[in-house]
Amino acid sequence: MMQPTHASRRILLPARNWFILLTFCVALFLNLIPFGRLPGVPDWVALVLTFWCIHQPRKVGMGAGFILGLLMDVIDASVMGQHALAYVVLVFVAGGLSRRVLWFPLVQQALQILPLLLGAQLIMLCARMLGGAEFPGLLWFLSSITAALLWHPLTYVLLLPQFRPEEKDVHRPI
Amino acid sequence: MCSDKACIFGNPIALMSITGHAPPPLFKRGPAPLVRLLFFAALSIALLIADLRFHTLEWVRLAVATAIWPLQRAASLPLEIAGDLGAHFVRLSSLQTENAQMHRQQLDAARLLLRQQYLEDENRRLRALLEMREGQPVSGQLVEIIHAARDPFSRRVIIDKGLRHGIQAGQAVVDEQGVIGQVTRSFPLMAEVSLLTDKQQAIPVQVQRNGLRAVLFGAGGGQMEMRFTAANADVRAGDILVTSGLDGIYLPGLPVAKVDKIAHDDAGAFAHIRCVPLAGVEHNSIVMVLGSRTPLPPGLESVLAPSDVSVKGSRVKGGAQ
Repeated sequence: MMQPTHASRRILLPARNWFILLTFCVALFLNLIPFGRLPGVPDWVALVLTFWCIHQPRKVGMGAGFILGLLMDVIDASVMGQHALAYVVLVFVAGGLSRRVLWFPLVQQALQILPLLLGAQLIMLCARMLGGAEFPGLLWFLSSITAALLWHPLTYVLLLPQFRPEEKDVHRPI
Repeated sequence: MCSDKACIFGNPIALMSITGHAPPPLFKRGPAPLVRLLFFAALSIALLIADLRFHTLEWVRLAVATAIWPLQRAASLPLEIAGDLGAHFVRLSSLQTENAQMHRQQLDAARLLLRQQYLEDENRRLRALLEMREGQPVSGQLVEIIHAARDPFSRRVIIDKGLRHGIQAGQAVVDEQGVIGQVTRSFPLMAEVSLLTDKQQAIPVQVQRNGLRAVLFGAGGGQMEMRFTAANADVRAGDILVTSGLDGIYLPGLPVAKVDKIAHDDAGAFAHIRCVPLAGVEHNSIVMVLGSRTPLPPGLESVLAPSDVSVKGSRVKGGAQ
């Protein structure tokens, strides 16, 4: 996919489906680590989902967001549909913004990702507060900020298989 | 073409074409993103309502949770190893003080325990004489809390035993000082315990001093609240609340909480009574799940009770002779 990114001028190979699937599995596994109520632990699935929605909006759609959301609901022991709703809206907005976000350098991309993740958390908060749950405290929103800080390293890691080896052929005419 | 659509449907379509959602008409890409969003959002909201209101999705949760159980154990291994390593380097002096303290506690408890068997026997005989139903003996099994559930909106913990060890939803969970909560979901190899401080938990209690009955609700933030108690009720700060056993879930007489402070407002007919749990509700590692009580339904009790009592009576008489 030749996205004209500002930050990387390298031409990328097409993303492989199995690699996208693998990254989702790893993200789910990272979310399974029981940190309990520790604030600032990022929601890896939301982060990786946002990444692929922005880089590969054709391959990762709302169906993927919905299924990942349901899995997260079971992992989190929260109410069924809470993460699903938030992720579906996240995918919609991220897919819509994908062509715009990629023109910015990585730090500014992270700044645009932050409101998306906060919005997803806000949707979950509304859904649960309407159901009569307690307010988890403002520190809970810290996880989105951590996730936005991870955007820069994550971009490199997830795009790694798409980079082409730099071959310097001195005999090539062009 | 796009402009008259925008006129008909208002803002969303116009917004979509700005953000780049509207597909070029040459390529077929299935339903429009907004349609898909509405479909999936409606599905999610339906799930939310089904789960919150009607609790009908427990089988889905059971299936998925069972399937991912090995992964879950694998994911929690690093933290467990770190915890074990930390415990390995505990200082000798702290161990010694802890040991001495436990020894003292055990001696303290022995004073009561030595007479317990005698008192229980006596109690059974007296109850038989009075033709009362026998109090249920306490059975239970020790479980370990693996970790707190990730969900930040509730207070729940995960324990390491489940359906295969006979743990059912509804059983009470206690530690050495009092009740900490109730099993709310049971999976084959683990179970989920809702702590008393969870906002959706309620427990029927009575004031130990005068037997006044009330219901205690979780208030979040490590506190509980006694609701629906009249403003002039005889409750004082420092009162101990024990389970009343009226619900058929918790055995009567288990310590639950201590009244922390009482506030009266001018408008309401009820007092605002804040309580703190006696047990280490939010910091424990080993707890006990009590065996489930099987109370008779109110209709059956009158039918079954006479024969039940006579059988018990004869047996106790035979034992006494």
